[in-house]
Amino acid sequence: MSYLLTRSLNKSATAFLLVVAAVGIVLPLLNLLLPESSPLQVPTYLISLFGKYLCYAILALSIDLIWGYCGILSLGHGAFFALGGYAMGMYLMRQIGGRGVYGNPLLPDFMVFLNWKALPWYWYGFDMFWFAALMVVLVPGVLAFSFGWLAFRSRVTGVYLSIITQAMTYALLLAFFRNDFGFGGNNGLTDFKDILGFNVQAPGTRAVLFALSCAALMLAFAICRTVVSSKLGKVLIAVRDAESRTRFLGYRVESYKLFVFTLSACMAGVAGALYVPQVGIINPSEFAPGNSIEAVIWVAVGGRGTLIGAVLGAIAVNYAKTVFTSGLLAPYWLFMLGALFILVTLLLPRGIVGTVQSWFEQRRPSGVAEAEASAEREDGVAATPKPAE
Amino acid sequence: MPGFDVSVYRFLRPLVLLLALALSIVATSPSQAGSFEDAVGLFANDSFADTEEAINALAGSGNPLAYPIISALQDGRLIADPATRKVYIKQVDGKVLDAATGAVVTTDVGSLDGVRLNNRLRRAVEAAVSSLTLLSPDPAKRTQAALQVFKTHDAADLAAVESALQKETNGAAKQAFAAARAAIVLFQPDASDTSKVEAIATIKARGDQEALALLSALPADTSAAVQRTAQSAIGAIQNQLAVWSAAQNAWYGISLGSVLLLAAIGLAITFGVMGVINMAHGEMVMLGAYTTFVVQELIRTRYPGLFDYSLLIAVPLAFAVAGLIGILIERSIIRFLYGRPLETLLATWGISLVLQQAVRTMFGPTNREVGNPSWMSGAFEIGQLTITYNRLWIVCFTLAVFAILLAMLRYTSLGLEMRAVTQNRRMAAAMGIATSRVDALTFGLGSGIAGIAGVALSQIDNVSPNLGQSYIIDSFMVVVFGGVGNLWGTLVGALTLGIANKFLEPVAGAVLGKIAILVMIILFIQKRPRGLFALRGRSVEA
Repeated sequence: MSYLLTRSLNKSATAFLLVVAAVGIVLPLLNLLLPESSPLQVPTYLISLFGKYLCYAILALSIDLIWGYCGILSLGHGAFFALGGYAMGMYLMRQIGGRGVYGNPLLPDFMVFLNWKALPWYWYGFDMFWFAALMVVLVPGVLAFSFGWLAFRSRVTGVYLSIITQAMTYALLLAFFRNDFGFGGNNGLTDFKDILGFNVQAPGTRAVLFALSCAALMLAFAICRTVVSSKLGKVLIAVRDAESRTRFLGYRVESYKLFVFTLSACMAGVAGALYVPQVGIINPSEFAPGNSIEAVIWVAVGGRGTLIGAVLGAIAVNYAKTVFTSGLLAPYWLFMLGALFILVTLLLPRGIVGTVQSWFEQRRPSGVAEAEASAEREDGVAATPKPAE
Repeated sequence: MPGFDVSVYRFLRPLVLLLALALSIVATSPSQAGSFEDAVGLFANDSFADTEEAINALAGSGNPLAYPIISALQDGRLIADPATRKVYIKQVDGKVLDAATGAVVTTDVGSLDGVRLNNRLRRAVEAAVSSLTLLSPDPAKRTQAALQVFKTHDAADLAAVESALQKETNGAAKQAFAAARAAIVLFQPDASDTSKVEAIATIKARGDQEALALLSALPADTSAAVQRTAQSAIGAIQNQLAVWSAAQNAWYGISLGSVLLLAAIGLAITFGVMGVINMAHGEMVMLGAYTTFVVQELIRTRYPGLFDYSLLIAVPLAFAVAGLIGILIERSIIRFLYGRPLETLLATWGISLVLQQAVRTMFGPTNREVGNPSWMSGAFEIGQLTITYNRLWIVCFTLAVFAILLAMLRYTSLGLEMRAVTQNRRMAAAMGIATSRVDALTFGLGSGIAGIAGVALSQIDNVSPNLGQSYIIDSFMVVVFGGVGNLWGTLVGALTLGIANKFLEPVAGAVLGKIAILVMIILFIQKRPRGLFALRGRSVEA
């Protein structure tokens, strides 16, 4: 295992992990230890904001793993993210206990409001953190496994798969909007108080959540890196570039796809679970198909097929969104986002990181270095476009 | 003694109605005028007893003003001035009439109170209205009044209904009167069982919810034979109603299916020929709807007389606007992305965001009002089936568009080229077809059809920048379900989904029904990954 890990971590990956670790340690310390008057003090709202970006980065990683390396474009990954978020939200709701508006020790406020007498069976167990944490991984994982098992086995590929993943998240959106579904309907779950006994609002908790998000990002990155640099990863890339040929060579393409799809959904679930306590709310709009497509564009901007690119893309696009939607430019944000979709696909098919990488490779001396580079290269896009189906 | 009052009233009212009937046939003679004015004057006394007397007198007066006065009383628009003992009708349009003469007066009635009613009087007013309308010259009003009697089945109305039945010449009104009479007979304690059984047969012939309600409300002391007949009639009516409601659901389903078809058909063309999933397709629909809005605005301000033709003008314009924008998009963006379907999907999603925001900037984020021309508003009934004209026209329009498109693909050279490119792009290119030109025209055609879908949808949906978003996923479902490259697949897919949706809705509710449909499609795709009507070919995907 350690061999796998050391082999998978090349120079840039190691550097990336070190940077994330440094950020995860330094920013919370700057937030907690320095007095507010200090110019270096990082305000708590920024910690939460960056924590949110980190969760998006994990989601982007999970999308990059299946899209960049296996060619599965999921337009429903926001659903796995939201399911993880709901699992965490249910734990946080149960932690409110008798401190809700209606003071019911067992039922969350919205159930009291709907005049429910007993806790629905699917809420059992969510008062225990370990159970909720298990569900965070298990619920998206099981959904992805069953969905993928059906889809990949019958060889639903390409845009068909994209469209039915979109239909899946749309169906979940409609379902979670319903009050009688038992997840708070339109308003979702909010008004959280404690997580593991610590106040969710406290700066200390926020800083720890931020550090945990960094750790989760590092873990997700390491897992993705291990997967894509192993033999399994090579097969995935083969599936991406020539699925039928890989199948004819004797690989069970659907098993590979199913494994990586499920893994990716679990990662998205963890991202959602970290997202909810930092944002303080989870509601059905997280299932909106638009959100999932937006997450795909983060990956495209950063560079599909480059894990670092996915992370950078998620952070950059969301930072831009925060900047532009809060000021005078707010009416133009959708123009910019739309233009981003168009321009990236037209002009930067490799994304930022992919383009920079190939630029560096071209400048390196030819010969041994070239061969080494192409072996190590994380090539996002097939060199020549695939012929039309 | 109120009991006594009521029985006298009950006894008198048929006589009064008969009198009214006679009077309505003989023209109102001038000698009646005095007593009519006296009766009207009673309203000014502000006493419930006098008001009731006035109502009864008016109901029997046969004066053409009686109905406007009573209905004004019912709506609280009858104003009395106790000082001058004058009574006024305040009309809905704000004019004030003298109730006794019907002349328009300029008296300010703002400070005066309306004539007061209590519950007993309200019943009297209702009865008066119904008996007055039983004799109305308008057959539709007579039918309505007969239905009212049918519901209340008050024995006091029997004589009036019977005499009206004899005079009646209009078929529908005659049936309604017969049913009303039957309803009264059925609820008369002293009527014979044979006449009751006959009455049940008449009521059964109506076969609607009202008849069902009436038969179910039969008093417990009715004889067993009548009860049995009523039970079997209830069963028959329920069966009949179930058939009608299934027919109504089927109609709703066809209507929804045609909307889906209209929205999806352009998508089917672009996807079928070019393999391009156009996420901006919904926005083309939206542009069509906004074109309709602009056309109607221009007509409203410049040529109001043309309003009924606004849709006919909007259809070619919407086709042109959406089609040209489609060609523009194809030439400037999509053609660089051929062979990369997933990237095309993302780029067109970007286009949809830009178009939405552009429309939001130009027309504002709120709903814009698009009117129905007169020939598209209203509804008609076939049996228990209600069909609105706008839905009917949309179904016809969709079928027309479908037929034209089918003919175009079959008989024109562009259609031939499009089919060739769909079946084998390389071979078509080798045979000298300019595939890139065909692509541009196909995309334009698909977008243009989305535009005219927008014209139709503007008639039944809110015209807002989000209009397209609400149709895009459904359209995809239709195309994926029906299979690409075959318009018949799209037709079958759209109608199946529409009808399935409308039949699930009463059982599972609108949202759950929709979720069920989505889940079913997801499962269906596993079984037939290329849709219902897949094109067969030899090509293995890349």
